[in-house]
Amino acid sequence: MEQENRIWQWAAHGVLILLSLACTLPFVLLIMASLTDETAIVTEGYSFFPSDFSLSAYTYLWQQSGQIFHAYGVTVLVTVVGTAASLIMTSLLAYPLSRRDMPGGGTLSFMVFFTLLFNGGLVPTYMVYTQLIDIQDTLLALLIPWLLMNGFNVLLMRTFFATTIPAAVLESASIDGAGEYRTYWTIVLPLSLPIMATVGMFQGLAYWNDWNNGLVFVHNPDLFSLQNVLNRIMNDIQYLTTNSNSNTSGALAQLPSETFRMAIAVIGVLPVLVVYPFFQKYFVKGMTIGAVKG
Amino acid sequence: MTAVTQTKRRNRFRRYVPLYIMMLPGLAYLVINNYLPLFGLAIAFKDVNYAKGIWGSDWVGLQNFEYLFKTDDAYIITRNTLLYNGAFIVLGLAIAVGIAILLNEIKNRIASRLYQSVIILPFLISIILVSYLVYAMLSMDTGFVNKTLLPLFGLEPINWYNEPKYWPYILTLVHLWKGAGYSCIVFLAAIIAIDPEYYEAARLDGASKWMQIRRITIPMITPVIVMLALLGIGRIFYSDFGLFYQVPMNSGALFETTNVIDTYVFRGLLQLGDIGMSSAAGFYQSFVGFALVLVSNLIVRKINKENALF
Repeated sequence: MEQENRIWQWAAHGVLILLSLACTLPFVLLIMASLTDETAIVTEGYSFFPSDFSLSAYTYLWQQSGQIFHAYGVTVLVTVVGTAASLIMTSLLAYPLSRRDMPGGGTLSFMVFFTLLFNGGLVPTYMVYTQLIDIQDTLLALLIPWLLMNGFNVLLMRTFFATTIPAAVLESASIDGAGEYRTYWTIVLPLSLPIMATVGMFQGLAYWNDWNNGLVFVHNPDLFSLQNVLNRIMNDIQYLTTNSNSNTSGALAQLPSETFRMAIAVIGVLPVLVVYPFFQKYFVKGMTIGAVKG
Repeated sequence: MTAVTQTKRRNRFRRYVPLYIMMLPGLAYLVINNYLPLFGLAIAFKDVNYAKGIWGSDWVGLQNFEYLFKTDDAYIITRNTLLYNGAFIVLGLAIAVGIAILLNEIKNRIASRLYQSVIILPFLISIILVSYLVYAMLSMDTGFVNKTLLPLFGLEPINWYNEPKYWPYILTLVHLWKGAGYSCIVFLAAIIAIDPEYYEAARLDGASKWMQIRRITIPMITPVIVMLALLGIGRIFYSDFGLFYQVPMNSGALFETTNVIDTYVFRGLLQLGDIGMSSAAGFYQSFVGFALVLVSNLIVRKINKENALF
């Protein structure tokens, strides 16, 4: 028995170490590629052990930083504003729905739930945001379509409110003369920090990683988020040089294009990797949180 | 007496007004983002002409659908969508369950937490960054596979972005790499919740580890597996647009094995300007997708009412 246990331990560790490597090595390759000398890339390709290191991709990045920092700014702004707005809207809708005593709650809950089952898809949504309400080439286009609030999070929060905030607490607040807004602000929200952190993290991640809204609704490079810039550079490495004010012909000649791509990808992925450990516990909690029902 | 009940009722209603006001922004958003587009599904029956406006455009009946289903595209995108998602569901569940069982065997707390953190990493990055990682591997002239891996076995470099036959494997691998760690956490939670007494009893009876996994762990988490499988089947008509658009770099040579309904609709609308075909394909996806959700939920209800969505 003892021996069998030990074999299982070793086997489990072995497989998980291999999987962990599979999940991290591509990132290592990305970082190494960004640090490789451009000529070494041409001869030996992207490698874990480049023969020649160079920081030229990062110095070039620094020289061209205007556009990149701008895109970073757009991404940070959209993520912060979007996540905050999303949390406010989601909780303001979820809290009343969690109140069993509110007339019409069932119908409204179904209205939220139905959006999970059936949707119009890309073409009709595109028409709404371009023909009916034209938000193309504004920051709203990065914030509103698809991302701002989703029915799943509303139902998740509703379930949380309904199961963790005792009705007696709400009742006593109302007896003490607290209005609904006050109850929401001083009692419901402080008791709901775990669910707010979980939903906020998923929303923040969705905004940070979003490239779809930019691809569909934004044509003005000044409004590109970091992901949109990365997307453009992938297809067209000269995109940055043609859009910056620097002397293009000279800049293009010394453009370390292959390593440069990877350097931008590195600065795009870094914030997520740095922030993740602090949010990990909410992340796991969010995935295993109770059933969502209509 | 009646006056009293009336004021009471009015008070009762007045008491809820603030709650209705609180819900307004969220409900307004659902109307704009989710309910207005439903009317737009009618576009599939129109010949859209921007000069006349969406509603002013001529009705053409089923013409868009006729064109769509006459092409090979309709068959290819349906086949690709179903086969990819089918493979994703089966392999995704099998691998996630396998990883969860192994993770549960790890007794060392710190090691277990570390493994969990690391295998979720791919889930956190955008598909754009995934496409960069794949490019670093598969680029024709500079990729790790062509420059380092294939020469090791004496093989010729392969022009990956021009060879459709490899992409079913590449995309499946990328999907599993990105998603398996995430879904394994759900199973891990289910396994941890199993009563340890079952295992103690099994050990006393001399059951091996393998036996315990087959006879206790897997049967106990079967409801979760079935539920996730059915949820996947309900969404089998929808694919991860980014995976099929960004990772193959929108390469035209690969469409045969990378085009799915979502990419077809996107290209039709924004690159080819073929709104008729695009909206017809979108309509087809919405309705067949909805039917599949209803059917799979019906099956869940039959098996176990508790797990049904509605």
